[in-house]
Amino acid sequence: MTGMASGPRVRRSGPLEWTREHLLAFVALLIFVFLLAPNVVMLVMSFNQPDGKYNYVWHQFSLNAWAHPCAVGGMCASLGLSLEIGVVATIGATILGTMVAFAVVRHRFRARSAINVLLFLPMAAPEVVMGATLLTLFFNVVGPGSLGFWTITIAHVMFSLSYVVVTVKSRLAGMDPTLEKAAADLYATPRQTFLKVTLPLVAPGIAAAALLAFALSIDDYIITVLTAGTAETFPMFVWGSVQRAVPPQIDVIGSMILLITMAGVAVSLGLGRFRAGRQRG
Amino acid sequence: MTGGDIIGSHAGGDLRLTRLTKRFGGFTAVDDVELTVGQGRFFALLGASGCGKTTTLRMVSGLEEPTQGQIFIGEQDITDRKPHQRPVNTVFQNYALFPHLDVFENVAFGLRRRGVKGVREPVQQMLELVELGQLARRKPSQLSGGQQQRVALARALINQPQVLLLDEPLGALDLKLRRQMQIELKRIQTEVGLTFVHVTHDQEEAMTMADTIAVMNAGKIEQLGSPAELYEHPATTFVANFLGQSNLVSGTIKEVNGDVVAVSAQGRRLTMPTGGCRVTRGAVIVGVRPEKVHLATDTDTVPAQHNVLPGGVITDTSFIGVSTQYLVKMSWGEELSVFEQNTGGQLLRPGTEVALHWDPEQTFGLDGAQDIDAGADVDTDAAT
Amino acid sequence: MSAPVRSAPAPETAEPPPPAPRGRRKLLPYLLLLPGVAWLVLFFLVPILSSVSGSIQTGSLDTGYTLAWRWANYSDALSQYWPQLERSLIYSLLCTAGCLILAYPLSYFIAFKTGKWKNLLMALVIVPSFTSFLIRTIAWKTILADNGTVVSVLNDLHITNLLAAVGLTQGDHVLASPAAVVCGMIYNFLPFAVLPLYTSLEKIDPRLHEAGRDLYCSAYQTWRRVTLPLSMPGVVGGTLLTFIPSVGDYINAQLLGNTNTTVIGQKIEDLFLRNQFGYPTGSAISVVLMVAVLVIVLTYIRKAGTEDLL
Repeated sequence: MTGMASGPRVRRSGPLEWTREHLLAFVALLIFVFLLAPNVVMLVMSFNQPDGKYNYVWHQFSLNAWAHPCAVGGMCASLGLSLEIGVVATIGATILGTMVAFAVVRHRFRARSAINVLLFLPMAAPEVVMGATLLTLFFNVVGPGSLGFWTITIAHVMFSLSYVVVTVKSRLAGMDPTLEKAAADLYATPRQTFLKVTLPLVAPGIAAAALLAFALSIDDYIITVLTAGTAETFPMFVWGSVQRAVPPQIDVIGSMILLITMAGVAVSLGLGRFRAGRQRG
Repeated sequence: MTGGDIIGSHAGGDLRLTRLTKRFGGFTAVDDVELTVGQGRFFALLGASGCGKTTTLRMVSGLEEPTQGQIFIGEQDITDRKPHQRPVNTVFQNYALFPHLDVFENVAFGLRRRGVKGVREPVQQMLELVELGQLARRKPSQLSGGQQQRVALARALINQPQVLLLDEPLGALDLKLRRQMQIELKRIQTEVGLTFVHVTHDQEEAMTMADTIAVMNAGKIEQLGSPAELYEHPATTFVANFLGQSNLVSGTIKEVNGDVVAVSAQGRRLTMPTGGCRVTRGAVIVGVRPEKVHLATDTDTVPAQHNVLPGGVITDTSFIGVSTQYLVKMSWGEELSVFEQNTGGQLLRPGTEVALHWDPEQTFGLDGAQDIDAGADVDTDAAT
Repeated sequence: MSAPVRSAPAPETAEPPPPAPRGRRKLLPYLLLLPGVAWLVLFFLVPILSSVSGSIQTGSLDTGYTLAWRWANYSDALSQYWPQLERSLIYSLLCTAGCLILAYPLSYFIAFKTGKWKNLLMALVIVPSFTSFLIRTIAWKTILADNGTVVSVLNDLHITNLLAAVGLTQGDHVLASPAAVVCGMIYNFLPFAVLPLYTSLEKIDPRLHEAGRDLYCSAYQTWRRVTLPLSMPGVVGGTLLTFIPSVGDYINAQLLGNTNTTVIGQKIEDLFLRNQFGYPTGSAISVVLMVAVLVIVLTYIRKAGTEDLL
């Protein structure tokens, strides 16, 4: 810095400076509002008593929808189907995807590039194409009657697989490789090393991957509608309701899912902090 | 399941490496190494990055398979055994503590894998030994570097291995802590009486802690011996330059008269004990440690029997505190170092004309066919 | 020799390459890969490849399909559905641009300005998308309702007039217009743009910003010359994961648009589910889309390799 200046250095303050410095935060806030507004709307509208068949405009406060969430015909059945499919597809995708992730991170093998591309494409390809071509496969190879629970599940495993691989891979790659050598040094057989060291350390990644697969499954519409045949999942029901009638129960279910997910995240974050806090004592 | 009866017992034996070689494709990392570490000794493998010391260590631990050669502990050949079957434990450079287990479980890990019942007592005792008794339930992420290091040590020691391998374990600690830990490790080793093999590139560390040092260079052992032996009687220019500093001057042997060797170097006649000279005729490199050399300006008197190299000019004077380090440029262009102990005398300024002199008994002679700068430019503290 | 103060540990000797496994260990990776890869080959690759053959067939649901090598299917499909294809491309481009413009500041803010709240805020970005996106998109119908607050404000500010002039809306309404569709698309795909961008930004050492400022860069220049180039992998990743899937998306067009905003996705679904002659044509369009996707992905790989894909 130069020597003594002629007079005190003026520190520019005032609304303009304040805005400039906090502009980014302000913009980020706006974007957050953009992201979260529909969730808030959904929560609010679940307490609405619509005037007519469509729950689009606020009319009157009512707890009716929360009191009778399954009052709408077919909705809870479709939700049940979605949950069933979700569980089965999650198990399948997580197991297959974790195995692939281990192979990709820990091993050398041929056709690595080709397999990387194959794993990437389902994440990038248009869903409508994946669904339509899968429909054709089932239709031609097995027959039109085959469409239903299993075809949907197969499709869900297919498109969740890559996401599971990405999630587990990132956790696995971040693991210190010396740890497994240390375990071997301390008399752990390869099997013991895997069970006592590798698996516990990768477990959070696998859990996150499973959660992701489940979320992708219950929420999918496009691929599902193409491979569903006559079955109806919850998203399909919602879609159909836009034609028929949009009851507030739909917002109730959506809100429930949101609150359960938020609670789950809060609990896991809180548990982590609680455990850490106890250690310090 | 475990390697028979060796693990956990003190049946013991020396660690012996015979013709141990490791090649990676065309590159030979460890070249035909022969080594015996006496049971209960503190042994250091010293060398710069890439010299093969870590690879050798890994072969002993079983994490690396030798291309050739064998490894024995006592009479048992453990060359083909997997790591978990060897009575050998490692303290890793980055500690490798299991982040998902607390300190207690980390230390107990090896015991549990071997099916030992009643781990509480041994673990507590071991934690007391390394002075971490209060932190048994903490996770590694909640410990300081020094504490993590001690957990790593405890975790390995508790299994009473025949050989404990330490892979540059003090590298991540700051200077003061390192000094402390060096003394600690030495104390613990004396107390438990196990064989320690310590790999390091810090020659001061090796000299402080080890009973025996092996200096490695390019996959081979340059010299093996006690710190004093290596320092006072280096066998090669590499060892002379790598361990401490040396002044090395090329010359030719003129005659060997009983227990005195006379050498002609740079036009001067220098003598040294026959026992300190590695060759008996031909080209020789005369060496003397800087702290053994004295500076004489014209006015001082030089003892008659001293080796003298006149015609030097001081180019740098560094006052270190305990000593003053001079760099002196000689008439033939070489720069030699002189460390004068700080006994209250006057500092000599750069530009002063001086003569170097020292007691011939302190001289050593090396084979003149070597590279005089071997081991000198190796920056042992820099990242590779 | 005086020991200089150590600042960082000297790293190990160069890590030797992992040894080539022998015997049975060589099989292990293939065994691990087999189920997953086989699944994808069977249920992703094969169907798409077989649609190539489907695209050149003729026939109908009743009469069956025969492989007639009717390449004219392509020209027919393209000429008939070109408007929808074009519209999809435009919407997707607008959507991708919008997503990047919004995702970058948000990711930057979370990555650099929020310290220990980072993870919580990222959760806030991701978690809402765990609710049914159909329901959330329907919620936009409420937000952008004709006499609702948002639209009234936009009307008062004459923004709707501006949009109408460009053809993005009509009259006083925002709903049932291209603007609403693109808005819905941006909303739906924003998290997909934020994630890769955030991951890439988070890896940047903040001291690089300090170095930039130290070397005479203004705040803008620091961003332009230091941050932006280093975050390019994230930008490209976000673009790929937003643009390509959005081309086939039709949920937003259906829920928030009108009959003039039909996109190619709706047509494909239609052809496959509700048109008995639709299979070859639908396959043709699918092939066209997949080829476009492949071209884009392969161009990316050419520049960046495959290791960072996943």
